[in-house]
Amino acid sequence: MSGVRILVGTRKGAFVLSSDGKREKWDVSGPHFPGWEIYHLKGSPADQDRLYASQSNGWFGQLIQRSDNGGATWEPVGNDFSYQGEAGTHLWYDGTPHPWEFARVWHLEPSLADPDTVYAGVEDAGLFRSTDGGRHWQELPGLRGHESGPSWQPGAGGMCLHTIILDPSSPGRMFAAISAAGAFRSDDAGESWRPVNRGLRSEGIPDPGAEVGHCVHRLAMHPSRPSVLYMQKHWDVMRSDDAGESWREISGDLPTDFGFPIDVHAHEPETVYVVPITSDSHHFPPEGRLRVYRSRTGGDEWEPLTTGLPQEHCYVNVLRDAMAVDSLDACGIYFGTTGGQVYASPDAGDSWAPIVRDLPAVLSVEAQTLP
Amino acid sequence: MTGTAGVIRVTLPAHLRTLARVDGEVELQVGGPVTQGAVLDALEARYPMLRGTIRDQRTGKRRAFIRFFACEQDLSHEQPDVPLPAAVAAGAEPYLIVGAMAGG
Repeated sequence: MSGVRILVGTRKGAFVLSSDGKREKWDVSGPHFPGWEIYHLKGSPADQDRLYASQSNGWFGQLIQRSDNGGATWEPVGNDFSYQGEAGTHLWYDGTPHPWEFARVWHLEPSLADPDTVYAGVEDAGLFRSTDGGRHWQELPGLRGHESGPSWQPGAGGMCLHTIILDPSSPGRMFAAISAAGAFRSDDAGESWRPVNRGLRSEGIPDPGAEVGHCVHRLAMHPSRPSVLYMQKHWDVMRSDDAGESWREISGDLPTDFGFPIDVHAHEPETVYVVPITSDSHHFPPEGRLRVYRSRTGGDEWEPLTTGLPQEHCYVNVLRDAMAVDSLDACGIYFGTTGGQVYASPDAGDSWAPIVRDLPAVLSVEAQTLP
Repeated sequence: MTGTAGVIRVTLPAHLRTLARVDGEVELQVGGPVTQGAVLDALEARYPMLRGTIRDQRTGKRRAFIRFFACEQDLSHEQPDVPLPAAVAAGAEPYLIVGAMAGG
């Protein structure tokens, strides 16, 4: 019988939540790596039992853990993330040059075809690749080395490369997003990159329409239609129909267009989910009501999804990597909060229930659909 | 008085004991002069998963929130090629790798 495995990274460890296809009863495993920050963990699309996890803390730095049995056991693999060549400088918060310094891995994106190939998005923003199951990492320096690199500045959460999307229809094409530089695209498997931010407007930077400098929070793509991208920017929900060449705003009737995650229904490329957050100074839902918003029209028109979600006194946040979908029928949607809840909807968002309520603050959520 | 080769006792912080899958002290055979660098080299050779968690893998620089103690002295700011106290080299006293008290 089919099932799902939800991989949850938190401030104090990783958790694996498992259920059959009904998604009513859940087995909770963890904490794995207790006491460590687990920014992200993700399974290989080519081998469901191959998982990668980013483990770090302020004392002991960065580790990468790998599981070959679906999270039952883990082995530390390579953790040398050295920038290629001269590290150079980017701009610091005060506008002065600041040396590029590795801090942590925010996001791990396994190859669509090869379980031993995995990409890592890091802070300070850079892209690394391993082709030996995480044992060795090499920077793809064309991104950080883009001519705009010395002008990139960190967002409040650090200068992180937090989103990596691989285009399933065109093996050489990939997307990355950096706070606060913007979205970038490669058409040669990560060797060279260019900014794809035309149409974005950010009032918090000197030139609101600049080529780089936008605080992109998250990108999402439906694999059946890879030229369509959705974006949650710091403010504004955006859409591109030409693989990032141009963007238009689709915030429409959202109560606020600030937020972090954005995701797409597994079977309906025009069905999109966001979690509106009051503002960048109030990192909690408007009116203390936790609402996922769904658009069935590819944006502009949004409906609140509230059944089973707290509708009073709720002041949690949902971080950029903390929403995922499974590919069962009906599509399951999952998200985790900074209050430690992981909510699941087995019916595409119509109703929700918590799988767990009291985990450490959730940093990331990924869903694996099991045969 | 400084030490020469012998069995060195090393105490790791709890997170690193978990990572290395050891209980209690680690005993290491160190050849040649017993310096901080030689002890860390031997530790990382035996437990490669600890590479990068105590000092930078490329530069050897101690991580900011790591401290090295022995014989009630703070050796954190000593150069890596300075010999450790004889009591550490003789295995009478452990070499302590400590996570600084900070955070929550």
